[in-house]
Amino acid sequence: MEQLIQQIASGIANGAIYACLALALVMIFVSTDHINFAQGEMAMFSAFLCWQLLDWGLNFWIALPIVVVVSFLIGLSIERVILRPLHGAPVLSVVVVFIGLLAIFHSLAGAIWTHTIKAFPSPFPQVAFAGSGYIGPHQLGMIAVTVGLLGALFAFFRFTPLGLAMRAAAQNPASARLAGVSVDWMLALGWGLAAAIGAVAGTMVAPAVYLEPNMMASILLYGFAGALVGGISSPGGAVAGGFIVGVLENLVAYFGNLLEKITGFYLIGNGEKLTVALIIVITVLTLKPSGLFGHVTVKRV
Amino acid sequence: MATTVSSTGTEAGIQNVFAFIRRRWLWLLIAFLALLPIIGGKTGYISNFWFLQLSLMIVYAIAVLGLNLLTGFNGQISLGHGAFFAVGAYTAAILIDQAGWPFWATLPMAAVTCFVAGYLFGLPALRLEGHYLALATFALAVAVPQILKYRHFEGFTNGVQGINIFKADPPFGLPLSSDQWMFLVVLAVAVLMFWIARNLLDSRTGRAMTAIRDHAMAASTMGINVPRYKAVVFGISAIYTGIAGALHAIIFEFVSPDSFRFELSIAILVGAVVGGIASLPGAVIGGVFVQMIEKYADALTKKISAAVHLPLELEPWTIYGIALIVLMYTMPTGIAGGLAALWRRMRRS
Amino acid sequence: MKISKLLLAGIGALALALAANPAEAQKKYDDGASDTEIRIGNTNPYSGNASAYGVIGKTIEAYFKMVNDKGGINGRKINFITYDDGYSPPKTVEMVRKLVEEDKVLFVYQTLGTPSNTAIHKYMNGKKVPQLFVATGASKWGMPKEFPWTMGWQPDYVTEGIIYAKHILANVKDAKIAVLMQNDDYGKDYFGGFKQGLGKDADKIVQVATYEVTDPTVDSQIIQLKNSGANAFFNITTPKFAAQAIKKAHEIGWKPAHYLNNVSASIGAVIKPAGFEAAQGVITAQYIKDPTDGQWKTSPDIVEWTAFMDKYMPQGDKTSTFPVYAYAVTSTLAEVIKRAGDNLTRENIMKQAASLKGVEVPLLLPGIKINTSPTDFYPIQAVQLSRLKGEVFERFGDVLSNEAASQ
Repeated sequence: MEQLIQQIASGIANGAIYACLALALVMIFVSTDHINFAQGEMAMFSAFLCWQLLDWGLNFWIALPIVVVVSFLIGLSIERVILRPLHGAPVLSVVVVFIGLLAIFHSLAGAIWTHTIKAFPSPFPQVAFAGSGYIGPHQLGMIAVTVGLLGALFAFFRFTPLGLAMRAAAQNPASARLAGVSVDWMLALGWGLAAAIGAVAGTMVAPAVYLEPNMMASILLYGFAGALVGGISSPGGAVAGGFIVGVLENLVAYFGNLLEKITGFYLIGNGEKLTVALIIVITVLTLKPSGLFGHVTVKRV
Repeated sequence: MATTVSSTGTEAGIQNVFAFIRRRWLWLLIAFLALLPIIGGKTGYISNFWFLQLSLMIVYAIAVLGLNLLTGFNGQISLGHGAFFAVGAYTAAILIDQAGWPFWATLPMAAVTCFVAGYLFGLPALRLEGHYLALATFALAVAVPQILKYRHFEGFTNGVQGINIFKADPPFGLPLSSDQWMFLVVLAVAVLMFWIARNLLDSRTGRAMTAIRDHAMAASTMGINVPRYKAVVFGISAIYTGIAGALHAIIFEFVSPDSFRFELSIAILVGAVVGGIASLPGAVIGGVFVQMIEKYADALTKKISAAVHLPLELEPWTIYGIALIVLMYTMPTGIAGGLAALWRRMRRS
Repeated sequence: MKISKLLLAGIGALALALAANPAEAQKKYDDGASDTEIRIGNTNPYSGNASAYGVIGKTIEAYFKMVNDKGGINGRKINFITYDDGYSPPKTVEMVRKLVEEDKVLFVYQTLGTPSNTAIHKYMNGKKVPQLFVATGASKWGMPKEFPWTMGWQPDYVTEGIIYAKHILANVKDAKIAVLMQNDDYGKDYFGGFKQGLGKDADKIVQVATYEVTDPTVDSQIIQLKNSGANAFFNITTPKFAAQAIKKAHEIGWKPAHYLNNVSASIGAVIKPAGFEAAQGVITAQYIKDPTDGQWKTSPDIVEWTAFMDKYMPQGDKTSTFPVYAYAVTSTLAEVIKRAGDNLTRENIMKQAASLKGVEVPLLLPGIKINTSPTDFYPIQAVQLSRLKGEVFERFGDVLSNEAASQ
């Protein structure tokens, strides 16, 4: 029982990692209708930028806003410079461009900062509290930041004219244009915001898994799965989905071990936890194709 | 990301370009390739290593064609075709290693296994569209090495160690090196597979496939059994990629979980898109690209590092990434599409 | 008259003496060697998810640049050709075939990774081209009877596993052992050796947890291991996961006797990121000096290495053990080439590599030497246990060797 609680707590902590990235994926999807495969590597790159500033002696809470702004500008310029000429190109061509971006960010980070793992200091106070044996202060802080980010995004899309314009531009560019929305700039803005959220995700993830160029490579699939299981168009769903994937994965391994302890037969264990968790996620998606919290879209003939 | 991968406009263009390579020119080209071991091999102009390279280009071309049938002609996306490549490779390796089959006999068996695997995967995938299908296939690609290592399969797959097999020497005492012989085998298989693909696409089935891609609902109202077609196409697509995998295993005489990581799936996808989606010549171009790009990225990285004194150590992936972006920038519909556009412009002027 | 006769006789005698020593007089070359050049081939993962190791290939390249700047070895320049294999076994086969068949290298050196070397094992031995000092510690590289053209360099994982097992049995009372291992043949090799070392006490292993390189963290595994009630922990992980494991075990208050495999015995890449406080008391087996370990600051070989890094790898990471490893192993190779003299055949290279007796190489721990023979293809089989105290690894006990085992 003790272990079960610990596994769930650790799953929630991992889930926070996935939720952060899932949020950035949703952001770009909502505003541009693309899934950005380079999102993880961009977040990793931002985390390295932040590490560099910390290494130069800046305080984290000063460094973070700088990195968020810089990442926003990087995201914005990627859209304006690289993706702009590709409007109207087939979807798969855009996917290949994302793969190209992934390769570039990954290799540049390795070239600039080497592949040795770096400790990234947690910005949260390292204090003991009730239950800190189950979940560390950084993990709690990360969950709080994720939820805070989610709230901010929700408010942005729901209550600000800019948020509304962005949603309109993504969902129906022609009508949005007629209503006087600059669709082009909305797309670029979406990229910038996604990169900014990614920067926050990167700096939250780095203390938990250590900073290195591969940091996000394995997390991307989890973030992707989390975003989809929650409903790719819903930020709240994506965060919930991230937590679900994190906990699910640990439970698969836990019950697999339990089964082996009791019956002596090895069915599943740590080696298969990702595979089984993904099978469950995909099964859920076949039953509920728009995700757990997504909107059902009506197909128009 | 829309589900359909529409490229009907360029498709016609591509047909035009390659129409000039009339059938007999194509056969001449194939005959020339088939004679290469004698012309190039005997005179020593083409080394065994080059035959290996050529074989691999053809193998990847078959794999890319598999994905092309699914994505280009049927509109279903897959980020996980490396999985079928692995299934084909392991089928061949296990049959040669444990059942002592001759290598050529494993190819039909690999086709059967992969069809079943593809069809079974295609069934639930029917309910998934666009991103969801992308996720499911991406998950498949990531899961493959782990499934190959699964404890209860170790008796067959030999777990993490992989399987070493032996390649057959040329039969009847033919005066060919092992690489030249494999090149001929691979070429023959490829010609057969491309010929089948061409006929398939020209048939009723092929038209149904593209109809589903272009407008699934309309196709359905016209009486096409969309779910069945989609699952069958998934199976056929897996056959192609699986046979490529089997040939790959025979060429290298070795399979292991590390040979089939998800990078392979990405490479096949990149090959299909860069070559030109929904195009048979595009698949060939894609195969050549998959085989050559990494090497050239590495070589170019070294050249640049030697020529320009950079403040940091360049890595090959930077060049690779830039190459992909530039290619998509200049030829959004792939190299085959780009050539088609060029051809049209030349004809006009 | 007399003098010139004497001179003639003298020259004659000299000629005879030279003829009597064919190695001196006759130059013998295989592919890849000439009066001016020796070509050496290599593959490394410069791209992809294992590109962290690429620095080894770059260091070797820089080392040979240094050698060539000093005039080469026996007057010959070293032409080191290294290709990217992305840590993919088929790619390694392809690139190694290019090296042997197109570039015509004399031998292949330091190809990296267990799966990659397994894929070319048969080819190299079929072609009779040396596959020298491969960069992996699997035990299968030391089988001169079956594979006379393949040789490892670093202490093999099996031997190391045995040493930890023996230490646990001798020092941990009522040992209940937990094992965390990477789910590949590197992990399996260590674990096999460990079980072999435990012998009939193998039932003292109460829990084994595996992880995949694609797992974001090993937190869940550490919780499983803690709950098994183990009081000894064998940690078979690569640097990132090692740091995570040490940190997590500390966070959840699990304090077993902690044995960390040599793969992650690095202050800069593991202990410091995990936190010195969390890592106190961790035991590991070492054979090379850690550049960030303060105790070596003034030792001549580290000074020499630092100067090399400054001049030839100014962008290199001086806290990593990879360049140290690369420097040490390439020093060994330089010695082999030097000894081969003008007889630069593949056979002689293997012969020289297999007759290193007590050779001292820079950057190895004091007391550890290179030993090979025609029946012993494990160059380094000695390690010394050390325990983390403060910010350094304190060595304790004797240099442990398993030389006898391989005879």
